[in-house]
Amino acid sequence: MVNLIVIFMAIVLVNNFVLSQFLGICSFLGVSNKMSSSVGMGGAVVFVMVIAELVTWPVMQVLNKFDIAYLQTVVFILVIAALVQFVEMFMKRYLPALQKALGIFLPLITTNCAILGATINAISYGYTYIESVVYAFGAGVGYMVAMVLFAGIREEKLATTEGIPAPFQGVGIILVAASIMALSFMGFTGMFQ
Amino acid sequence: MSGIMTPVLLVAVIGLICAGLLVFASKVFYVAVDERVTQVREVLPGANCGGCGFAGCDDYAANLVADEELPCTKCSPGGAGVAAQIAEILGRAAGSTEPEVAQVMCNGVCDARRTVLEWQGMSSCKGAKGWFSSPNACMFGCMGLGDCVNACQFDAIGIVDGIARVNRENCVACGACVGACPQKIIKLVPVKSQVHVLCSSTDKGAVAKKNCDNACIGCTKCTTVCNFGAISIEDNLARIDVSKCKSCGLCAVVCPTGAINSFKKLPPKAAAEKAAAAKKAAAAKAKEAPAKAKDAAPAEA
Repeated sequence: MVNLIVIFMAIVLVNNFVLSQFLGICSFLGVSNKMSSSVGMGGAVVFVMVIAELVTWPVMQVLNKFDIAYLQTVVFILVIAALVQFVEMFMKRYLPALQKALGIFLPLITTNCAILGATINAISYGYTYIESVVYAFGAGVGYMVAMVLFAGIREEKLATTEGIPAPFQGVGIILVAASIMALSFMGFTGMFQ
Repeated sequence: MSGIMTPVLLVAVIGLICAGLLVFASKVFYVAVDERVTQVREVLPGANCGGCGFAGCDDYAANLVADEELPCTKCSPGGAGVAAQIAEILGRAAGSTEPEVAQVMCNGVCDARRTVLEWQGMSSCKGAKGWFSSPNACMFGCMGLGDCVNACQFDAIGIVDGIARVNRENCVACGACVGACPQKIIKLVPVKSQVHVLCSSTDKGAVAKKNCDNACIGCTKCTTVCNFGAISIEDNLARIDVSKCKSCGLCAVVCPTGAINSFKKLPPKAAAEKAAAAKKAAAAKAKEAPAKAKDAAPAEA
């Protein structure tokens, strides 16, 4: 149990997917301009990461059995894309409210590198089934934390170009702000060994 | 041979399983999509401005088909033409589209208003409101820092003389500025209604007047002069009911502070009335002034 908590906290704070592993940067920068959409995106990522992990871990065992682990990436993308499509159809039929809440973000993150990264990382660390699901859940929560914090910063401080030197306006200042936030997360290094 | 066959077969099998799953899902979880949704969507302009209150044109089209009660006139950029087309597709009455336009309910221009501090912070109404309520003495009025200007996609609003003003030619009544204004003083009004109370202050008359020369002081002159019962005073502020207002402009004439403004040129008769009213007011003031001084003297002693 303690082991699982350590895995969870470590991936949320210390090895945060966005801020220290640079996974999922594109959606992190793209969707974090509004608090409401960043929460939606974060929720969708948590959801998809967990179900993707639930499916890819057994698939990996099959690949290992036939000794073709090098096909991992190809097969994972295939499986995750089909899975997300399936989940979307299922939700449209039975959970239209949830489907509406996640909205466009669900199909968007089908090919998000953070999803693939979480599944591949969990397997390369040699985690058990339970451990890797907790790892994926933590990775999603970490993504959501970074996203929501950054959306707050952008809404508060970067809403206008006021006081920003011309060359830094737009993407420039956003990247600078993101890297300063990533630096502050470096403070968690070594907390969970 | 077997070296390449295993992975190819395996990936093919996994792909087949996924495909089978999706085919199965598309049959079992099939949700009929009304073809009218696509038709309605094609008619909409696709500006995705959110003026209708939904998340973009797709969402509005879906809701239009799903909800019989929803009026097909909500698209401001599309106007009456789009509404008629939608009504034809959905087979219902178009209803009248009342073209609307944004109106800033404040006339506290630089000369009229009193300021309590010189704002040198960021150029954001939201920020200024968060720290100091407002740089102006009046807590309700326009701060002129341009949150609405940033929100407008159509270049239809600008800061003139210290307050936001709407360019009626460009405005499509999408309502972006209405949401952006932290003071909540921008309203969507029918284009044809020409008379508005350009004040949002619910302070008592004396306080409002002290804070801004153009404030509504709740004197009820407009309510008595209105022939259609369209004006009422609520919380020390005159409010015009646009459904009853005939835009005659009489209230704008009698308003002693200029809080009620009319886009129309005032008729000569009304102009004469205005002069009379002003005279009367001046006379009354002159009479009141000595009386007031007398009353005040013992109180001060």
